[in-house]
Amino acid sequence: MSGPSENLLDVRNITKAFGSLVAVSNVSMSVPAGELHAVIGPNGAGKTTFFNLISGLFSPDVGEIVFAGTNVTQLPAYCRVQSGMVRTFQITEIFPEISVRENVRIAAEVAAGYRLRPWISGAETTAIDKHIDEVLALTGLSGNQDRLVSELAHGDQRATEIATALALKPRLLLLDEPTAGMGDQETYEITGLIRRLHRNSGYTIVLIEHDMRVVFHLADRMTVLDQGRVLAQGSPQEIAANEAVQVAYLGKAT
Amino acid sequence: MMTDTAQRKLVLLAAIWVILLTVPYWLPFTGGYMALGTRVLVLGLAAMSLNFLLGFTGVLSFGHAAYFGLGAYGTGLALKFATNSTPLALFLGTLLGGVVAALLGALIVRRRGVYFAMVTIAFGQVFYFIAFRWHSLTGGDDGLSGFKRQPLNFGVWTANILDNAVLFYFFVLAVFAIATAIMGFLLRTPFGHTLLAIRENERRARFLGIPVEQHIWLSFTISGFFVSLAGGLNALLNNFADPTMLNYNQSGEIVIMVVLGGMRSFWGPLVGAAVFVVLQDYLSSMTTNWMSFLGAIFVLVVLFFPRGVLGMRFGNLLNIAGSWLKLRRATS
Repeated sequence: MSGPSENLLDVRNITKAFGSLVAVSNVSMSVPAGELHAVIGPNGAGKTTFFNLISGLFSPDVGEIVFAGTNVTQLPAYCRVQSGMVRTFQITEIFPEISVRENVRIAAEVAAGYRLRPWISGAETTAIDKHIDEVLALTGLSGNQDRLVSELAHGDQRATEIATALALKPRLLLLDEPTAGMGDQETYEITGLIRRLHRNSGYTIVLIEHDMRVVFHLADRMTVLDQGRVLAQGSPQEIAANEAVQVAYLGKAT
Repeated sequence: MMTDTAQRKLVLLAAIWVILLTVPYWLPFTGGYMALGTRVLVLGLAAMSLNFLLGFTGVLSFGHAAYFGLGAYGTGLALKFATNSTPLALFLGTLLGGVVAALLGALIVRRRGVYFAMVTIAFGQVFYFIAFRWHSLTGGDDGLSGFKRQPLNFGVWTANILDNAVLFYFFVLAVFAIATAIMGFLLRTPFGHTLLAIRENERRARFLGIPVEQHIWLSFTISGFFVSLAGGLNALLNNFADPTMLNYNQSGEIVIMVVLGGMRSFWGPLVGAAVFVVLQDYLSSMTTNWMSFLGAIFVLVVLFFPRGVLGMRFGNLLNIAGSWLKLRRATS
């Protein structure tokens, strides 16, 4: 098991090219258990590709990814999920034609190891329902649980996506632009949710964000990407003081 | 406490079973004959089996006739050469089609969409040509005959399903009940929920930790087994099997039944099969061009009831009435 000094996630020198375009170039990142780590960068910096490599949508050309002490570089995505690495998507990817609760149920049943089970006992169903109730309460969705996801406001759809991820009992939560396309109020609510998950529930989180205001008040540490390379890594204060970052990113933001 | 939807489903379920159980008592008054009712059940089972894969896993197979036909030939050959027991022959036939579905399924689950459908057609046609050419075993173009379903022996009582069409209907209904109960039950389990997840969003399902290929393969195999069972029943119904049962036309007809009835509904394909079989019987007695009429009806259903006959909503009917009035006004 990982001790306090050991990292939950270690990304070591990964590179991924699509044809002649090098989307991610020699990027390393370490995330100790309990940390909230933000990955930022301008559009096209390779943030999403970087996430796809960590979560197993593709394999890197070079480098390795170690999760909880195991090399997962060549492991298919669903195996990484089963070992506790769970991601959300930038474009909301939930099951639109079934209810919020049933969305979460599918994840809860998979997390309980029942995915191939052609039966389920009453006691097991009760335990699953309890787990679903907890996740819904944590994400503030209890009141909407019986509605179809397609009927929900955008912010609640994002919350459902996070609830589904939480139902999988993650050890590491990868959030891809959780506030994308949101208004100020919704952004505020989702940010509050992420803060609670981190501070109160102790989740280890890596999130991609382009909204600087969100990140500076949330993250313990940050990685800044630019054109597929690491521009800087450190605490929000260090990043804010970093000249290269100011030129490449913050300068453009104002 | 019961929600409206749950109540509606229960009423539908009760209605379907009352109708199915009383078919032999009212069918003669409508001018139908017993074998027609049995044929609806057999093709209804085939369509519901295909829908397990199409409607509840989101994967389209255009080659399910291969397993339907293999079930038919397997059952017929078993009765002809191996056993006098109808249930055993049916079991062996089902096993043949099911096992072939499992083997071929393993080869094609990595394909998606159109490619998946094309590969299923290709594999289906292989068995069609085997049955067509292997004259000494299958009777080739003439079909496989020389076997008859055998009476069921229950010790104290023998059910003569060979000569008594009503008894045979109830035998088929019993098999149908078991098969649909298993499929319906499976869809309510965690495994069934993973299939829905795959149908709704395959990539997301993968990131829920579901090995999508493995689950599609299982769904394909289950679907193949039950469609093969339906094929076996079809051979028993006709005491005959012929290569057209394996042909892609047959696959297409099963797909049409599913779409006619509604592929988001568990019972829809049974209704689709009933509409298809009855119309086919009725139209083909009047015209040799019955396929054109059936095709026109199919197009109308797809245009106006994209969720099929069982997915019809009152709103749909209003919309159609509205368009009809507009059309009248425009043309008058």
